[in-house]
Amino acid sequence: MNRFYMTVGVLAVVLGIGVFALLKTGGASAPAAAAGAPPTVVDDSFRGYTLGQENAPVEIVEYLDFECPVCATFATIQMPTITEQLINTGKARWRFRDYPLPIHKYSRFAAHAAQCAGAQGRYFAMQEQLFSHHQWAQTGKDPSSLFRDLAQAAGVDLKAYDACMEAGRYAGRIEYSRQEGDQRVVDGTPTFFANGKKLFPNLRRLPNSDDFKTIVDSIIAHTPAKPAARPARR
Amino acid sequence: MRSRQAIALLALVGLFVALYLWLHALGFGGAIKCGASGGCETVQTSPWAVFLGLPVAFYGVVGYLAILVVAIVALRPAALSQPRWSKWLVLLATVGFGFTLYLTYLELFVIQAICRWCIGSAVIITLIWIVSLFSLRSPATRIDPGASQPLRGPPA
Repeated sequence: MNRFYMTVGVLAVVLGIGVFALLKTGGASAPAAAAGAPPTVVDDSFRGYTLGQENAPVEIVEYLDFECPVCATFATIQMPTITEQLINTGKARWRFRDYPLPIHKYSRFAAHAAQCAGAQGRYFAMQEQLFSHHQWAQTGKDPSSLFRDLAQAAGVDLKAYDACMEAGRYAGRIEYSRQEGDQRVVDGTPTFFANGKKLFPNLRRLPNSDDFKTIVDSIIAHTPAKPAARPARR
Repeated sequence: MRSRQAIALLALVGLFVALYLWLHALGFGGAIKCGASGGCETVQTSPWAVFLGLPVAFYGVVGYLAILVVAIVALRPAALSQPRWSKWLVLLATVGFGFTLYLTYLELFVIQAICRWCIGSAVIITLIWIVSLFSLRSPATRIDPGASQPLRGPPA
């Protein structure tokens, strides 16, 4: 029996060291903007970049995490169809809100890179770069240098980008968005709301473009028609 | 006794697997060590990685810890001959096994991604469940027929 307890003790020590080593070697040092939540939350009245017409009858709000592979899959596979069927046709407006998960070391950093690109009017180009080159999220390595390359490919002026990233200019805005997500009971990414109502609480699979088309068409069918306006990106 | 020892050792391994996933869910460490497939990230960041407001791995930590404690308590000399401890182990293992079946279903058919750590945990809890069922069918302790029994009182 004593030998058994000794085995338990030795095994516990070995496993403990193993877990510590796994956590220790999980990634490189984080850049300043990625090192956890900022101390202050800033409400600069910014409520996310939007895609679509101002007067679209349906607004979809997506809480996303740039390091989340499901968000990347959704953005690269489902969004082109959704853009074509719902956004370009004026049926829906899409609002992107940041919800960096604590599980991800660089998601806050990536969100900040997108916001800095957005300050130059290149948010959507940067978002596309971050999601279409998503291998960075699997390596655990510091993506600072790669993000600069992606920003350049997105048409961002690197001097202004560097200053923005260095200052952590939008860290408080991102944290505000995350806390807003907490208040709306966002429990994973991506999480969607349509005209304020949380979508797919009981869906047993990941949503696709057909699911959104069904929801948007259903809302429109029960909403009085509004005059059309030209498509807008802001 | 052997089965309870096996359950304790398996629960200890499962505890550390769940502990790693839980600490990672809390933001400790960097990218999860999961091979090149990225399945663990997909599973860990999906909406189903949170259950009743807490990371799923947290329930694993609690579950394995409960099984470990009960198995250790059941190994006390006084408890070896008591079948109720085996019943407790079966109960805990069945709850864990049922929860694991649900999570594995989500991985395969809903999230459509496989997390190696989750599979490892599923194998461990399945083994615990099987061993606990065996422990229910077999006597908890072996009685040495040559051993003398203590006297319970003065001879009449």
